[in-house]
Amino acid sequence: MSAEIRGIVKEHARLAVNIDGLADDASLYDAGMTSHASVNVMLALEDAFDVEFPDELLKRSVFESVASIEAALRSLDAQAA
Amino acid sequence: MTVAADRDLAFLAAIRQIADDVAAPNADDVDRHARFPAEAIDALRAQRALSALVPAELGGEGLDLRTIAAACFELGRRCGATAMVFAMHQIQVATIVRHHDGSDFFTGYLRRLADEQRLIASVTSEVGTGGDMSRSIAAVLPADDGTCSFEKQAPTVSYGAHADDFLTTLRRGPAADGGDQVAVLTARSQTELEPAGTWDPLGMRGTCSPGYVVRGAFGPEQIVGAHWPTMAAETMVPVSHLLWAHLWLGIATDAFDRARAFVRAAARRAPGEPVPAAVRLSHVMTDLSLLRAEVRSALEEYLAAADADRERLDTMVAALRFNNLKLAASEQAPRVCQGALGVCGIAGFKNDTPFSVGRHLRDTLSACLMVANERIHQTNAGLLLIAKDV
Repeated sequence: MSAEIRGIVKEHARLAVNIDGLADDASLYDAGMTSHASVNVMLALEDAFDVEFPDELLKRSVFESVASIEAALRSLDAQAA
Repeated sequence: MTVAADRDLAFLAAIRQIADDVAAPNADDVDRHARFPAEAIDALRAQRALSALVPAELGGEGLDLRTIAAACFELGRRCGATAMVFAMHQIQVATIVRHHDGSDFFTGYLRRLADEQRLIASVTSEVGTGGDMSRSIAAVLPADDGTCSFEKQAPTVSYGAHADDFLTTLRRGPAADGGDQVAVLTARSQTELEPAGTWDPLGMRGTCSPGYVVRGAFGPEQIVGAHWPTMAAETMVPVSHLLWAHLWLGIATDAFDRARAFVRAAARRAPGEPVPAAVRLSHVMTDLSLLRAEVRSALEEYLAAADADRERLDTMVAALRFNNLKLAASEQAPRVCQGALGVCGIAGFKNDTPFSVGRHLRDTLSACLMVANERIHQTNAGLLLIAKDV
């Protein structure tokens, strides 16, 4: 799951650095992901994993890192499409 | 009646008296000369109102946000600029009180703020960011001796020439991304303001908010809290929108009150005759009641979340909620004032009658610029793509 999340982040988060150099728990916001870009990441994740993030999960801390995104997807029982 | 409730009522009574006796008589002069409302701010200091949100154990008054919002409303009814200076100061205090995490520097600072009734200005906007407060260009620059410095191009610093301390947003360091922000509190003695522009605006003239190049020198302990984006989402942004909206409601309410006084005077002059302006006044009341309902319900929602479920304030739905308050209030307040002008006619248009509402209209026209509404609509447009239940 982590690899797929990384692929989506790479495509949509417009990071200032290469994600391959970031640890799973590194802050994507500190790496340059804007709020606007984070929305595109969320949309792509919903599409790829066939889930809908409920409003209580739509917050900064959930999309802070690859690890926090993975935890949120697991809490939704997401299966990679 | 609890002790706390008695204290809140006594505080508000004192604020109302300052609004009536000090802010109101100076409001036109403050506006005409675009000068700082020094008399009213001094009176607020004497009332210890600048430490109203500082906890009692740190020497403050320990009042809650509901009382401060009501105070913004009361001051707004008498002098928009006084209310805006008061509100902006309280926003900085609320942010520090909530997020300083018990640091020695900031607990000591809050005691000093209460003792000396220090006034905090904010340096959050920046030339070159397109009005996006969540990104910075200027950075914390660490020196070899452990001290830090910054230089920031600020398009406006409200009451910069009159503040005792400055809260400035910056990138965390020279290599940090624009969104990786911290906020730094510097005292006037640590801060240099080089004027970069004039101040002769349409409204809110007494806030004295020209641009400056701001330079600061400070120690790393003067960085507030850990994570500025969370502080902004949970406290600074919603509290800004709530307190601003309350003072805009105050200004609009006074414009309505003046229009109502005009209609009553007209009715008394010609008893039994129809008063066409009374019908126009009824339309204005509809706009005012919509504004009041939005402002009050947003406050209740914020207080409920702040007490019980702080995490909720960090969600996109909460961001949409308080963005909507700002958009609605900033569009509705000048609408009420313009409606009041329509009721009062030439008596409202002239600047020297009991029914003058020109200052009210001009002051509320600033509302759509304080964080530009189009910028907020852009943010909302993104959030609406993903939020579910708005």
